[in-house]
Amino acid sequence: MKSSVIVFPGSNCDRDMDVALKKFGFKNQMVWHNDQSVPKSDLIVLPGGFSYGDYLRCGSIASKSNIIKSVIEFANSGGLVLGICNGFQILTETGLLSGILQQNRYLNFICKNVFVKVKDKKNKYFKNIKKDILELHIAHNEGNFFCTEQELKSLEDNSQIAVTYCDANGLEKDDYNPNGAIKNIAGIFNKNKNILGMMPHPERMIDKYLSGEDGSLFFENLLGNLK
Amino acid sequence: MKIKVIVTLKNGVLDPQGKVIQQTLNGMSFNKVTEVRQGKFFEINVDETNETKAKIQVEEMCKKLLANLVIEDYKII
Repeated sequence: MKSSVIVFPGSNCDRDMDVALKKFGFKNQMVWHNDQSVPKSDLIVLPGGFSYGDYLRCGSIASKSNIIKSVIEFANSGGLVLGICNGFQILTETGLLSGILQQNRYLNFICKNVFVKVKDKKNKYFKNIKKDILELHIAHNEGNFFCTEQELKSLEDNSQIAVTYCDANGLEKDDYNPNGAIKNIAGIFNKNKNILGMMPHPERMIDKYLSGEDGSLFFENLLGNLK
Repeated sequence: MKIKVIVTLKNGVLDPQGKVIQQTLNGMSFNKVTEVRQGKFFEINVDETNETKAKIQVEEMCKKLLANLVIEDYKII
């Protein structure tokens, strides 16, 4: 399976993603933001970081970059596009995903492990995943998911909510909501569920000794579903 | 021609920075301050002599890039 990680000026999780994808068997290539098109891929990843220094709004400048047209075409033709953290912000700014990631409610940069609950398994990303609750890492200043009531209703009606913040037992209370996101939302899909944007970083949880392995579950499962 | 744009958060959208500024002002004894909303200000030079034409272009810029209409309103002044 081939994957492409798009690198923007200011991306800083691109190499971690590269390591993770390769570890689980993807043939990954790095694609520069100024390129005109993405090489043939089964998966495109928009990595975390601070593309273009988070100028204007997080992800807004990246959403107008040269490479993005090709990413949007790929996504609209059903290709899998995964946006992690800043990648999620870019996806909302392109309009491929609804809503926006606002500044965290207490104005602090949050860097810690959290638990998220998998809300939908009828998609390539989470189908057959062995756990319903994953321990992943978050590191962001703008992760406070917000959308209009209409958009929220549409997300709920079409089961587009992918993952929500919860405790170790899966309880989705505001106490376990790190950033103030509506309905504890940590990640969402588009309607066809080929595009996933989420704040937590699975690529940071792929080592038994350094972190935890719930990210490994995510990548192994994704690769399995693509084969 | 210079066109000015103000982008602010929509009414009802939480503005945590505005809230902190308000609390700080209150703490500095500006007791009459009841709310602060923070926004962005742009000055855009457009190579046009016709103001209407320039503003039409700036309007497009606001919709496509300067404001995110999910949470922000813009005002061309």
